[in-house]
Amino acid sequence: MTAPLLEVESLDAGYGPTDVLHGVSFTVGEGGITTVLGANGAGKTTLLRAVCGLIRRRGRVRFGGAAIESKATEDIVRLGLAHVPDGRGTFVQLSAEENLRVGAITRRDRKGVAADMERMYGYFPRLRERRHQQAGTLSGGEQQMLAIARALMLRPRLLVLDEPSFGLAPLIVRDIFAIMRTVNREERVGILLVEQNAKLALELADTAYLLETGRVVTGGPAAQLRDDETIRRAYLGY
Amino acid sequence: MEAFLHQILSGLATGGIYAAIALSLVMIYQATHHINFAQGEMAMFSTYLAWMMIDAGLPYWVAFAGTVALSFVLGVLIERIVIRPVEHAPVLSVVIVFIALLVILNSLAGWIFSYTIKTFPSPFTWEGSQNGYLSPHELGTIGVTLLVLAALFLFFRFTSLGLAMRAAAQNPVSSRLAGIRVGWMLALGWGLAAAIGAIAGMMIAPVVYLDPNMMAGVMLYAFAAALLGGIDNPLGAVVGGFVVGVVENLAGAYVVGTELKLTVALALIIGVLVFRPTGLFGRRYVTRV
Amino acid sequence: MRMAGVIVTIAVLVALPFFISDYRTFQFTQAIVYAIVLLGLNLLTGYNGQISLGHGAFYAVGAYTAAILMEHFGVPYWATVPAAGLVCFGFGFLFGLPALRLHGHYLALATFALAVATPQVLKVKHLEAWTGGVQGIVIIKPDPPFGLPLSQDRWLYFFTLAVAMLLFLAAWNLVRGRAGRAMVALRDHPIAAEAMGVNGAMVKSTVFGISALYTGIGGALGAIAVQFVAPDSFGTFLSISFVVGIVVGGLATLSGAIWGALFIQFVPNVADQISKAAPWAIYGAVLLVFIYVAPGGVAYLLSRVWGKLRG
Repeated sequence: MTAPLLEVESLDAGYGPTDVLHGVSFTVGEGGITTVLGANGAGKTTLLRAVCGLIRRRGRVRFGGAAIESKATEDIVRLGLAHVPDGRGTFVQLSAEENLRVGAITRRDRKGVAADMERMYGYFPRLRERRHQQAGTLSGGEQQMLAIARALMLRPRLLVLDEPSFGLAPLIVRDIFAIMRTVNREERVGILLVEQNAKLALELADTAYLLETGRVVTGGPAAQLRDDETIRRAYLGY
Repeated sequence: MEAFLHQILSGLATGGIYAAIALSLVMIYQATHHINFAQGEMAMFSTYLAWMMIDAGLPYWVAFAGTVALSFVLGVLIERIVIRPVEHAPVLSVVIVFIALLVILNSLAGWIFSYTIKTFPSPFTWEGSQNGYLSPHELGTIGVTLLVLAALFLFFRFTSLGLAMRAAAQNPVSSRLAGIRVGWMLALGWGLAAAIGAIAGMMIAPVVYLDPNMMAGVMLYAFAAALLGGIDNPLGAVVGGFVVGVVENLAGAYVVGTELKLTVALALIIGVLVFRPTGLFGRRYVTRV
Repeated sequence: MRMAGVIVTIAVLVALPFFISDYRTFQFTQAIVYAIVLLGLNLLTGYNGQISLGHGAFYAVGAYTAAILMEHFGVPYWATVPAAGLVCFGFGFLFGLPALRLHGHYLALATFALAVATPQVLKVKHLEAWTGGVQGIVIIKPDPPFGLPLSQDRWLYFFTLAVAMLLFLAAWNLVRGRAGRAMVALRDHPIAAEAMGVNGAMVKSTVFGISALYTGIGGALGAIAVQFVAPDSFGTFLSISFVVGIVVGGLATLSGAIWGALFIQFVPNVADQISKAAPWAIYGAVLLVFIYVAPGGVAYLLSRVWGKLRG
């Protein structure tokens, strides 16, 4: 067993004076897929923001062996951690292609960037059609694809996704999940996924955690959680 | 008819100056959504720096380049030191900080360089270019404005630093998540604005002469120009600058007389703000939620 | 306790002119004038959240109204004061109507433009018969009435003080009552306030009018005290010094107007001796210090100190 890609230990985090997360610990393996499940308001988005240094946090966070709990977001990102935020974070006034260029803005290898751009258009042919269109005019699904593609343009070692299925049609969701699987398998990109759709998430992930009111209540191999009676009833609904 | 044409053309020349200052207002507005009330005083101060260099015996264009570079650095420093602490403060605090900056630069200039009016040279004084309509300096001013606009367009459109600045202005959080150092992008925006303002100051100083209050009137027209063109639209600001220059000149010559020209700017500002807040070319962005 | 403070303040203010020279008395008269203006500006900016960088314009209108009424119509000086207030209320209300649609920076910009353009408007040739053009108008200093044994300066001081006390009382009643709550609500939560039935447009332009009324009365009293009005006394920097005054005194406080007025009246006098530029350099620095360190102004600092003293 090699050292995990992302290792979070007793993380507290929150907004203003109040903590939302209390002593959260979890890991994402090298090239692994971890999903964090939980009801609305459990603290899933807060967790991702804390990992990326967007909010006040306390605890230990190691990424690829380096301590990042006191680093600025920009520096964490430059280590190879790409975050697709909730609400997608589209640059609405830029064209779709410019959005992708922003994703790769810290890279210096022009040829590699051009090749990756082509690769993204391969994953998401819709984006190629709309490359010169103002990104704010894209549909919700297209913007989600754009957000994932933008994150991948960083050539990340870890892709952090906040509810990628939110508000999208089932067909598009299936496409997006298929691409995540491809990226994970072919490029060994680790994935940390927060999802409402527990069924889909558990099918994709190898490891899963359950978050309730800011605390991890259970965690382990995804298959194990999938078979857990109480979880199935509460979160999978069958 | 001849006189009328002359009024229009020389309006275009002063319009070039307004356009340049309006452009620097847009730079800062795009990056921070603030209207920099001290922009005119920053330009005035830069022009004094140029005057110092020329007075010390440097050739004009060396002093020009030196001033632009130095102004850029000063602009960055002002953002880092003075503006940064109120980044998330209410609008009122920000406006007051701008006003503080305005009076500090104004009084500093008076203190260091005295309130005596100084002449400032124009680099455009070659022989035989006098064609009756525009003086060489007026022609040069228009040319410089258009060059600045072109350079900015190329910078923002085709360089990745330009793209990073646009991204940071639009969506700071997403920009940080792409690894962009947003704070520095804002500071660069200020640097650019200061540099453009310096160019405008050096272009207008030969006309209005150099003194600490030289920018008061110019600023008003520049505000009008920026608003007319849409305060978030660089091209609009330049067009607005030329339009305001021409309107000011024509109104001064044929309608209200030179003594009420500033009132034209006031009327334009309030008119645009009330009836068309996005300006003539202001963009409305379509966003899907 | 508060009442005692107010009584002591008034006693000091009434006794003051008997212990100082006529010239100093005149300076304090000017300070009271500024206090009235700052009170008006603070109602608008501090309580109602509308930024004005152009109150010098209303001050000018008040000053000119008083001067023209005295010079051309032989109106007695005391009657020009309410007249100036009413004229300025009208101007302020009218300016406030379009300004309603402007928020934050834009309102600051529109009023800033007003401040910059004011001297030029006052110099206009067509109005020269009334305004005296660049030369302005000279006013004769009024004598005390009823043969009171007071110098002209001391009489004017008391007259100004009486007007100021009336206006402070009015402002106090205003901000304490329903209207005051409506103003603050509009500043802090405009949409919620409208939803609760506050007529935003009406309240805001009325506040603009009242604010201009205060400023105009200040302008009239100032003109009478200085005995002179001319366009170049009413430039951008006058408007800016009013802003300095409310920031130094403390936004959304009434007592702040006094501290701010003392500051803008006496600090430049002292600083002038260093350099012509020094007062403004100090203004600028002081603005920054207050915004960064003590956004509540002197009034807030004093209340902190007072609170500490009492434990």
